[in-house]
Amino acid sequence: MGAAVATAADGRTGFWTRLSDLLYRRSGLVLALLLGPPLLWIGVIYVGSLFALLLQSFFSIDEFTGMVRPELTLKTYGELLHPANLDIILRTVVMAALVTLVGALIAFPIAYYAARYARGRLKAAFYIAIMLPLWSSYLVRVYAWKLILAKEGALTWGIERVGLTPLLEGLLSLPVIGGPSLSFSYIGTFLVFLYLWLPFMILPIQAALERVPASMIEAAGDLGARPGQAFRTVILPLALPGVVAGSIFTFSLTLGDYITPQIVGTSRLFIGQAVYIHQGTAGNIPLAAAFSVVPILVMAVYLTIAKRMGAFNAL
Amino acid sequence: MRSEGAKAGLGLKLAAAGGLLFLHLPLLMIVVYAFTTEEKSYQFPPPDLTLKWFAVAWAREDIWEAIWLSVQVALISTATALVLGTLAAAAVARRRFFGRETVSLLIILPIALPGIVTGIALRSAYSLAEIPFSFWTIVLGHATFCVVVVYNNAVARLRRTAPSMIEASMDLGANGFQTLRYVLLPNLGTALLAGGMLAFALSFDEVIVTTFTAGQQTTLPIWMLSELVRPRQRPVTNVVAVFVIAVTFLPILAAYYLTRGGEQVGGSGK
Repeated sequence: MGAAVATAADGRTGFWTRLSDLLYRRSGLVLALLLGPPLLWIGVIYVGSLFALLLQSFFSIDEFTGMVRPELTLKTYGELLHPANLDIILRTVVMAALVTLVGALIAFPIAYYAARYARGRLKAAFYIAIMLPLWSSYLVRVYAWKLILAKEGALTWGIERVGLTPLLEGLLSLPVIGGPSLSFSYIGTFLVFLYLWLPFMILPIQAALERVPASMIEAAGDLGARPGQAFRTVILPLALPGVVAGSIFTFSLTLGDYITPQIVGTSRLFIGQAVYIHQGTAGNIPLAAAFSVVPILVMAVYLTIAKRMGAFNAL
Repeated sequence: MRSEGAKAGLGLKLAAAGGLLFLHLPLLMIVVYAFTTEEKSYQFPPPDLTLKWFAVAWAREDIWEAIWLSVQVALISTATALVLGTLAAAAVARRRFFGRETVSLLIILPIALPGIVTGIALRSAYSLAEIPFSFWTIVLGHATFCVVVVYNNAVARLRRTAPSMIEASMDLGANGFQTLRYVLLPNLGTALLAGGMLAFALSFDEVIVTTFTAGQQTTLPIWMLSELVRPRQRPVTNVVAVFVIAVTFLPILAAYYLTRGGEQVGGSGK
């Protein structure tokens, strides 16, 4: 600090000082210098790639040569409407919706406790307890469930210990959601998704709840509302934007995941897996691109609705 | 809220505790499995405990190569993201200008869209431009989504830095660069350190985008993924998983301690 003052007192003559004065007068120039590199990077690499993706989705594969034909056509999008592909889309959207719904139910009590009752050290502990899983390795977290859900794994063992094996077997024998073991069923996929994205749901709800003024709840009480009533009519509506904000993450992340259903789940595909397979072994980048436009569109619709509900203020 | 001395009901406490257990027990399982003697299955409880898998994993060349590639990618991506993210944050933090909202949206976009979209978008761009896969194709993708992390941390800190500090520095005769050097950067330091560490953790662990941009190269997460899909030596994978947990936990905790005491910063919007 001392050095700074000493040199600064030398008067406004040095090269750097004059340059600094020039920049101060032309704040537009500073802005351009600051924004240039990041915008160039994101603009060229990211937005450019998105355009490449969009462009590719209008190309098609030549059935004879298997090469991409660079002519604009809607043929590839037509392929999305095949029953098998529609199934994939529907399956993914239903899974995303279920994960979002149940995620909100589990996340709410945690967020509520963290926002309204936890104080001091406990609050910090809560924060870390939610942040750690959020940032820790995605793959390792999926893998943990592979261990837990395996037929010989911990969950089966635990269920056997409490004598609920018939219940588990009954669940697994159900059509559609059942399977040979939890780690090869939709139930397993669902559990892993739920686990993976839960922190993304907790944080926005907690943020929304923390902004509910205590005085408002007291006022509700003073006006004769029972705690349940105050919760339903005051707290819940104010927390709703937080729930919607959280659901943006859980929904979007489930839509785009291709690794989880590959490791824990059935052989039936989700959108992400379809994208992955078509771009990889099948070499059909146009169809992969068209498939990946689906989650973008679904998210665009979702975000429009979310914006109407004021979710962005809760982010 | 506390004025009425309200206590949480038992139901709420149980639900919150149950939720947190659900979040944390699975990672504990990984640690348990790293010591199991059972090689062929995921048998629980483990028949016996051993330390030998740590030695086996240590001796594996392919794991070291994967770790080294991941570290290189993460370091270069983090460095790039630090520069770009700080610049963007400096532009957006206090100024109002036309298109400001668009700029922040653009920067957040790479993590707002599903990872697979980023992956396949880069993949099709490389394919259209006929760029062969290389170390740098991985870095391009990683740096792009790491920018957000640095940006979030830097913006939050800049907004908390009192404008009067900058004015005072100017009043005392410092020029813009001196103010930057002696006032702004020291203030920003820990936020950038935290952002950098989170960016490192994010890149070190990234797999969804990387599978599309790596070609035949194997980063550590790609190594793990191939082991998960086609297990060869399960206990070794468990040991690597424990290693990954340790490597990512430390920067996250450090980032938390560097940025606490303000609005939530560390992970807001991964």
